[in-house]
Amino acid sequence: MGRITLDKVTKSFGEVNVIPPLDLTINDGEFVVFVGPSGCGKSTLLRLIAGLEDVTSGQIRIDGEDATRMPPAQRRLAMVFQSYALYPHMSVRKNIAFPMKMAGLPEDEQKRRIDSAAKALNLTDYLDRRPGQLSGGQRQRVAIGRAIVREPSAFLFDEPLSNLDAALRVGMRLEIMELHKRLATTMIYVTHDQVEAMTMADKIVVLRAGNIEQVGSPLELYREPRNEFVAGFIGSPKMNIFGGNPAQQHGAAKIGVRPEHIAASTETGTWEGVVGVAEHLGSDTFLHVHETGLAETVTVRVDGELPVKHGDRIFLTPEADKIHRFNEQGLRA
Amino acid sequence: MARAVTTQRKALNTLAAWTVGLLIFFPILWTILTSFKTEAAAIADPPVFLFFDWTTENYSAVMQRSDYAQFLWNSIVIAGGSTVLGLIVAIPAAWSMAFVPSKRTKDILLWMLSTKMLPAVGVLYPIYLLFIRLGLLDTKIGLTLVLMLINLPIIVWMLYTYFREIPGEILEAARMDGASLRDEILYVLTPMAVPGIASTLLLNFILAWNEAFWTLNLTAAKAAPLTAFIASYSSPEGLFYAKLSAASTMAIAPILIMGWFSQKQLVRGLTFGAVK
Amino acid sequence: MATQHARSAARLMLAPAVILLLGWMLVPLTMTLVFSFKQYLPLRGGDLGWVGFENYVRFVTSSAFWPSIWATLIIVGGVLVITIAFGIALALLLDQPMWGQGIVRILVIAPFFVMPTVSALVWKNMFMDPVNGLFAHLWQFFGAEPIQWLSQASLPSIVLIVSWQWLPFATLILLTAIQSLDSEQIEAAEMDGAPWRSRFIHIILPHLSRAITIVLLIQTIFLLGIFAEIFVTTQGSFGTRTLTYLIYQRVLESQNVGLGSAGGIYAVILANIIAIFLMRIVGKNLDA
Ligand SMILES: Nc1ncnc2c1ncn2[C@@H]1O[C@H](COP(=O)(O)OP(=O)(O)OP(=O)(O)O)[C@@H](O)[C@H]1O
Ligand SMILES: [Mg+2]
Repeated sequence: MGRITLDKVTKSFGEVNVIPPLDLTINDGEFVVFVGPSGCGKSTLLRLIAGLEDVTSGQIRIDGEDATRMPPAQRRLAMVFQSYALYPHMSVRKNIAFPMKMAGLPEDEQKRRIDSAAKALNLTDYLDRRPGQLSGGQRQRVAIGRAIVREPSAFLFDEPLSNLDAALRVGMRLEIMELHKRLATTMIYVTHDQVEAMTMADKIVVLRAGNIEQVGSPLELYREPRNEFVAGFIGSPKMNIFGGNPAQQHGAAKIGVRPEHIAASTETGTWEGVVGVAEHLGSDTFLHVHETGLAETVTVRVDGELPVKHGDRIFLTPEADKIHRFNEQGLRA
Repeated sequence: MARAVTTQRKALNTLAAWTVGLLIFFPILWTILTSFKTEAAAIADPPVFLFFDWTTENYSAVMQRSDYAQFLWNSIVIAGGSTVLGLIVAIPAAWSMAFVPSKRTKDILLWMLSTKMLPAVGVLYPIYLLFIRLGLLDTKIGLTLVLMLINLPIIVWMLYTYFREIPGEILEAARMDGASLRDEILYVLTPMAVPGIASTLLLNFILAWNEAFWTLNLTAAKAAPLTAFIASYSSPEGLFYAKLSAASTMAIAPILIMGWFSQKQLVRGLTFGAVK
Repeated sequence: MATQHARSAARLMLAPAVILLLGWMLVPLTMTLVFSFKQYLPLRGGDLGWVGFENYVRFVTSSAFWPSIWATLIIVGGVLVITIAFGIALALLLDQPMWGQGIVRILVIAPFFVMPTVSALVWKNMFMDPVNGLFAHLWQFFGAEPIQWLSQASLPSIVLIVSWQWLPFATLILLTAIQSLDSEQIEAAEMDGAPWRSRFIHIILPHLSRAITIVLLIQTIFLLGIFAEIFVTTQGSFGTRTLTYLIYQRVLESQNVGLGSAGGIYAVILANIIAIFLMRIVGKNLDA
């Protein structure tokens, strides 16, 4: 079980309104990712769900039960913090056991769950160490272990991977996804890394200044961003957005084309420009094209092999059916 | 320091620092030495430093004159009791200030410190009257309470500065893990803050041990701690240097020994947690 | 952070400390205030009724009043200046690389552990005694006339004793602060060719300002109330009668509680003036 409903939830810190009225339903077993720029209220929203902050108004329901005034301990949610928040004075074993000790579980049950969590998370050899003697990745696994032994109805993650280096991050990402497949428990995951959002989520919630801009599956958001903000936020590199003449030709105030939906050629095309920087990633090359008359820079994904260099002329052609149109308000037209 | 320092420079530093250090320590050293002299040797002209007939007769004399053990016990009970009591009151208060700060937190903290500036002598008589009325005069419990109150602001302040270094997320994690407030403080905050609490405890134990206004004015015989024991040497007996020294040594030895064993925490505590 | 629940818990847990201190401050202070408007002589008739501001007037017009204010300020100010100046010098010295740093540090902080009654007695008898004191021997050795420390130079003597007790504290705080100074910063200044003097003034001293504030605050709190050092040495004679000691004498020696209480209120006012002044500085510096 782990169905979480937010009903007209708002949050203000003093005068500052961080979350305007917000409705959201998270279904049982779903992997939901909150994304948005820094300071948009992702952590605040998560902490409201966790019960670490009070809502200013509105209602939070967990499995149909009103949890708005419940203290965190009673919500049966587990949280994994960005800073891991391990108890530095306890061994890994004691850290993992802590929630069970608080719940008054019998010793042998505690031991059984610790052992199985440790096995699943590759921590068996480290159970008697202190958190200070572990690497970042291991610490994060302990934090996850501490969360799973409680068998919560939902997991809350607040940017759990942002303190890890890139390679480790990919590994941990897979581990968390595997965990979700295995446990089939609701997970709410906060990140501002849109790659994490795209790869992990069943459902992405894009936030801006406390407002939900769009909710949907990663591909829905990718294919049909509801507005210019979501369009720019989802997808990497960012979607190119142009106003002016080219937009009017498509009967819109602005149009957007993803870098991967523009074909580049050295001979002919719709638009013309000069190659600036070319980023060779091996599999792909990203060209930053200037002097197109469309925008400062247009980013284009081309084949790794296209033989262009700085200063070359280049022709660009957008895929007609992949052009996103936006009206004056930035909404999808 | 990353730089290499010439041996010569280091030797010079060592010489200067040791000279100053010994100079500052000298009154204590001299007192301890004198306590082992005969009265005659203690006032010898010129003074003798090390080459005298060592004797412990002064210690026996002091023990005979007054019941040292009683004074010592009173000091331990009063200083220890007031510190522990102070910690019990201060830990929750410091938790509140450090982890649930409000606009008024800083004002409350400064107000608490400012109560320490209240001149004790200004309220001596009222306290004296209250103590008579409550039957607390010359009792250990009365003095323990007073010393707890006068050191409470310092204890709260020190704990507050130590607690602030502990990330709030860890306490929130405990809350998520189902810990009640009591569990959170008992199982998570306190163990994490052990070094800070130890420093606070030690420093306040020393402050209480050495407190000399209330201990002199609110006790007579029964509850008098070592400050009173030594103050009884203030007039004519003071001229017996060797005995005075023996008594002094006996009054400060427990703290000096304790200080020796808990240097690290004490050094930390002595800065009142205010500088890192 | 924090929920309503946590906030009310916080208020509840702060309450005991606040209530205790409030009671400790208000109850006796109110009594003192009441007594100060009364003719109150415990041994000569007890409570003899209200007298208005008479005690206040008598207290300030007594010839002992202004000298006691001066004595207080000189002792507090003198000790502050000495401990901070020597504390900085000593901290700079102890920060240098040397052998046996740990032991020297112990030697230097030892005086803090000595109870004031002991240190006052030891200094008074074994060092400052004009006949048998070590200073007398030292002066004689150089062919000088021994000084009657506690009568001829009573205030400096008290300042010396108290400074000795508080130097360790100042040194330790300043040393800790100096040690936290980024040595790269100093090295960069050295590379820029800054001479020692300007390095001290422009880098070290500003870095120490917070530590100095702390020393100022804590020492003032303790120094305003010094008692034992005077009690066992001069008993307030030879110009060492501080405000604290004057009030003490009024209350306990002349058993004039009314007059002493009026003095107490003056002391509270003085302490408040100093407190406000200090809190201004500290409040600003405390967060930095
Ligand atoms: N306790 C607080 N008091 C006042 N304002 C706060 C408080 N906590 C957060 N805010 C404000 O609320 C807004 C949202 O903060 P929040 O931490 O939720 O952002 P975020 O989306 O998690 O950002 P990031 O990606 O940087 O973690 C910010 O503007 C922040 O300044
Ligand atoms: Mg955040």
